[in-house]
Amino acid sequence: MTKNIMIVGVGGQGSLLASRIVGNAAIEAGYDVKVSEVHGMSQRGGSVVTYVRYGDKVESPVIGEGEADIILSFELLESARFLPFLRKGGKIITNTQKINPMPVVTGQASYPEELAEKIRQKGVNIIETDALALAAKAGSEKAVNVVLIGCMARDCDFTKEQLLAATRACVPAKLAEINLAAFELGYNA
Amino acid sequence: MEKNKKLMLGNEAIARGLYEAGCRLVSSYPGTPSTEISECAAKYDEIYAEWAPNEKVALETALGAAIAGGRSFCAMKHVGLNVAADPLFITGYTGINAGMVITVADDPGMHSSQNEQDSRHYAMAAKLPMLEPCDSGEALAFTKLAYDLSEQYDTPFIIRMTTRVAHSQSLVPLSDRQEREIKPYEKNPQKYVMMPAYARPKHKVCEDRLDSLRVLAERTDAGINRIEYNSPKTGIIASGVNYDYAKEAFGLDASYLKLGMVFPLPEKLIFEFASKVDRLIIVEDLDPIIETHVKALGIKCDGKNLLPITGEFSHTMLLELLRGKKTEKLSMDEALPGRPPVMCPGCPHRGLFYTLKKMKLTVMGDIGCYTLGAAPPLSAMDTTLCMGASISSIHGFTKIRPDDAKKTVAVIGDSTFMHSGITGLVNITYNKGISTVLILDNSITGMTGHQQNPCTGFTLKNEPVRGILPEKIAEAAGVDPEHIKIADPGDPAALEKIIAAELSCDCPSVVIVRRPCALLKCVKKDSFCLIDTDKCKKCRACMNIGCPCISIGADGRPVIDNSLCTGCGLCEKMCRFGAIKTIKR
Repeated sequence: MTKNIMIVGVGGQGSLLASRIVGNAAIEAGYDVKVSEVHGMSQRGGSVVTYVRYGDKVESPVIGEGEADIILSFELLESARFLPFLRKGGKIITNTQKINPMPVVTGQASYPEELAEKIRQKGVNIIETDALALAAKAGSEKAVNVVLIGCMARDCDFTKEQLLAATRACVPAKLAEINLAAFELGYNA
Repeated sequence: MEKNKKLMLGNEAIARGLYEAGCRLVSSYPGTPSTEISECAAKYDEIYAEWAPNEKVALETALGAAIAGGRSFCAMKHVGLNVAADPLFITGYTGINAGMVITVADDPGMHSSQNEQDSRHYAMAAKLPMLEPCDSGEALAFTKLAYDLSEQYDTPFIIRMTTRVAHSQSLVPLSDRQEREIKPYEKNPQKYVMMPAYARPKHKVCEDRLDSLRVLAERTDAGINRIEYNSPKTGIIASGVNYDYAKEAFGLDASYLKLGMVFPLPEKLIFEFASKVDRLIIVEDLDPIIETHVKALGIKCDGKNLLPITGEFSHTMLLELLRGKKTEKLSMDEALPGRPPVMCPGCPHRGLFYTLKKMKLTVMGDIGCYTLGAAPPLSAMDTTLCMGASISSIHGFTKIRPDDAKKTVAVIGDSTFMHSGITGLVNITYNKGISTVLILDNSITGMTGHQQNPCTGFTLKNEPVRGILPEKIAEAAGVDPEHIKIADPGDPAALEKIIAAELSCDCPSVVIVRRPCALLKCVKKDSFCLIDTDKCKKCRACMNIGCPCISIGADGRPVIDNSLCTGCGLCEKMCRFGAIKTIKR
């Protein structure tokens, strides 16, 4: 058994930290785990994806199309972009925030409308959260990633305690309070 | 000894391996996906770690340390090994004293590189043994093993990483550091002075060493190569992450020859393995190196006839191409806009590239964040080849097209200028060139994620040092001080005047375009820009700078996203109607 969580978003939204938190929760839960991430130029405002795989023994560090059990998405367009990776019966937990990519900024393309609804019409379980607003409420817009981990904690293979412990271990001590508040807001959203 | 298990990046695990193996010196130049190795190594007090100005210097520094008797290390990305190739080819001849390990990180799929390049060619060409780990645990184990073998066989060992191993995290068992005494150094010119009389016998030494390493490679008890017999129907030979992909795709439906050493290859093991399986498949990304060797042994196998030579592999690709299994997948019914990487909000390079585009200049580019200046809407770059090439190639360009010299510039970052730009500038002044060189000094190495460099005033260990000013180097390189100018990319009008003045002169010019990277903590982000809808004439001039914060709103008028805006004020300077104001947060 290997389970797959994909974390997608835009460079700068904190997906690397999120993948570390989920990876550490998998260790807490006693699984073997592999986390694969993207660094370097692709980070700069580009589309970013990280993979977390866990189970008794994980071989490949990447997730293929049609394989993700959960897609945790920090941006709506990215949820749609990575839809082909979702397995049948999988779940998308998405931030409702929209960040315009350069082709939209320059007017060469437009931001697609009703994306969440279109995804839902394909029979996908998609859960929407205004994580940006909740993060701001927690004290920092940068905590979008932890808000969404809080959302995921409501229903996944890890307990709330395991995800909380991993969050505490991975965020800087001085930002712990904000992040734990963000987690709770996500959990209760 | 095993303390505990930790989730570690492959690069972090190599650094841990250096620590545990008693490595004393690390010298590297940053390059994705290798950078974190040196950054993590620098956190251990027991290891002296430094950023060298380039990979050749780093490798020679490590070699000097190894000759002196301390275990040493250097890391680079694949293209960095091209820069370090000169000393690399000598290390096999001289050998070492204390252990020496070189890590090279290849980037199949070009996640953050200008080419795909298979560093296994270098191991073969330089006659150096090469190990390839498949995950973080093996990265640590192979690093320690490489040091022991390096001393046993008197040669540096190369560890080949690829992006998916370097930038994947998996569980790693940790042990304590084994402190090692500095080995005695003895003067031995026959060993370390490579002039013809001393070098000739060393070639033989080198070949003999490879023969003994071939014997080592055959041993399955050495913790390097191993065979896993499962189903005899399919036999797969793979190394690195491709072994993991194959395991995921075939599981117990195949047998495996997992190669931990990719050079030299174990011929007897390959024969033995091939004789026990019905069908042999070589699973290797990039070049068919193992496949060529296997075929040269007269063994029939599949490989590049089924699998691509370009791009990155995955287990789903193997499932599809080797087992004919396609996965069902959902897809959107409409095409989605792409999201290419962009210069960050507040990036100082934006003002420069806006100016270069406005001036309709030919721009010889280089490697760094500013390479993004080639992308729309700035589209202000003509070439990008390799580190330092902007300055060297503008010289050749303007020698052939002297009339174009007045509308051609080179752009290069501060770190890249230190890496390999200086010699290009020396070439321009020495050979009566007239080129205009812009040094984009953003006070950090931006693209690889904020590494210090000789210009920034801090070492890899974060100790303050006297930063080197590129303008002083330019003067020492022979540029007339009258034609060395400092400009601010945040003031495009003034910048344009300076560049135009320098382009009009028939002599080499250097313009230091200086403004710190917007992501640096020292850069204040205490304001943001706002559009006054009454004054806005919808001319869209503010859109020309390609700022990700500005987009067209529902009424056709630009809007600025306050949450992203750093208040750099560049858009304010674009507006002729005074409709954009910078406001304190």
